[in-house]
Amino acid sequence: MIIAERKPIEEILEMVRDFKKILIVGCKGCVTVCNAGGRKEVGILASIIRLAREKDKNPIEIIEETLERQCDPEYIEQLADTAHEYDAILSMACSVGPQFIAARFSEARVFPALNTEFMGGALEHGVWAEFCQGCGDCKIHLFGGFCPIARCSKSLLNGPCGGSSGGKCEISKDVDCVWHLIVEKLMSEGKLDQLTQVKPIKNWATSRDGGPRKVVREDLKL
Amino acid sequence: MKSGSNLEKVLTAGHFAVTGECGPPRSADGKIVREKAKHLKGNVDSVNVTDNQTSVVRLSSLAGSLLLHQEGLEANMQMTCRDRNRIAMQSDILGAYALGVRNLLCLSGDHQKFGDHPEAKNVFDIDSLQLIQTVKMMRDERKLLSGQEMEEGTEPRLFIGAAVNPFADPFDFRVYRLAKKAAAGVDFVQTQCIYNMAKFKEYMKRAHDMGLTEKVFVLAGITPMKSLGMARYMKNYVPGMDVPDLIIDRLKGVEKKGQAKEGIQIAVDQIQEMKEIPGVAGVHIMAIEWEEKVPELVEKAGLLPRPQV
Repeated sequence: MIIAERKPIEEILEMVRDFKKILIVGCKGCVTVCNAGGRKEVGILASIIRLAREKDKNPIEIIEETLERQCDPEYIEQLADTAHEYDAILSMACSVGPQFIAARFSEARVFPALNTEFMGGALEHGVWAEFCQGCGDCKIHLFGGFCPIARCSKSLLNGPCGGSSGGKCEISKDVDCVWHLIVEKLMSEGKLDQLTQVKPIKNWATSRDGGPRKVVREDLKL
Repeated sequence: MKSGSNLEKVLTAGHFAVTGECGPPRSADGKIVREKAKHLKGNVDSVNVTDNQTSVVRLSSLAGSLLLHQEGLEANMQMTCRDRNRIAMQSDILGAYALGVRNLLCLSGDHQKFGDHPEAKNVFDIDSLQLIQTVKMMRDERKLLSGQEMEEGTEPRLFIGAAVNPFADPFDFRVYRLAKKAAAGVDFVQTQCIYNMAKFKEYMKRAHDMGLTEKVFVLAGITPMKSLGMARYMKNYVPGMDVPDLIIDRLKGVEKKGQAKEGIQIAVDQIQEMKEIPGVAGVHIMAIEWEEKVPELVEKAGLLPRPQV
């Protein structure tokens, strides 16, 4: 899923400083699962902003709403009747959400309340890590089920580099060396040959480097 | 001869090779490179010119290489995969060769997090193994990665180098990574600074047994310790560095103002030991900001005069 994190409250307060009536809109997709922008987080953020503004003697009216998804125009449409009523709309979806809202309601002032971090999963309660970079050409089966593109700091296809130490990456003791994991797994499975062949240069055209991407499924088009 | 470089000639003739290292300055002051060159001239067979090492912006490795050439030294131009994509790398390789560079060292590069621009975007379009393959293809097949061919006599005929770190983890895989570099087409490798001789000997034994030392010239990395403080720092804070207590104890055993001398003596002893290890084709001396000690070190280690080939 998409992992996101709420922006620092100071940054959000600055965004809405001049507004008297705003909508905070959450999303029931990924950001609900990673506790960043679901119904609960919408309520918490609204309370924090209200309290801060009352303290500043500059009260604000906040409407709370949470859409099924913000990455689908049909759900954005649910805001059509009311969007014009707000001084600003603060989206708590990944950055797709505020972009969709801004595109649909050209008069509205739309702000992102979250920083969209990465595609990843939960390691434990409250801890998420990056697992995918969306390179458009998945080859994890060649690397013992690990992705060196997203999980090696240098995206090496022929690692580990000389900075791997005690299973950790040279950039931080908090970052696992994914190449250490790949080598340990494949060597323990007796698949040394998978490690010793030089992996060819990657075609990055399927990744972001090829320009903004689009997936078209003719069979699904109406 | 693949490149006809001095380093290639020395190694191919069977001499115990000596390479040095020169880190360019954090300014446009070419005099600094020329000064460092003076200490190295006549004492080494060729000199590595680092490519923004530890991700700190410095005068470029190509410019540094040319400055060394002007001083009558031969450069091993370093090239990392951190800052250039395949387009820029091939372009720089062609340009470097046209300007007289004959040895190229292919490196992944330190992550920019360590340097003076931690907010930079990195590249890592290709990795060091793929860079080795690329340079070999340009040289031996006269082709660019696009398939574009070069006319005979217009291809960059470079002696291809790489780095290996026998002390990084996982240790058991390290010799296979050397094997991969050999398969990719590397001609010589230089190792990370060696202090743990027992572990290095084990690594070399494995490399030798696998026949790798027949295919690749291995130059053992030597960095003399300036002080006990430096030894402790390298032991505790430099990733992938293995400094055994034996080294610490030797430096501890002498008073502070004698530690630099002891550091040189440790390096001399190491070089003598390296000469006896099967498959070690030479040493790579990295006297970090201590180039002026190189003449004394090679003299004491019995590495002079350097062969004229």
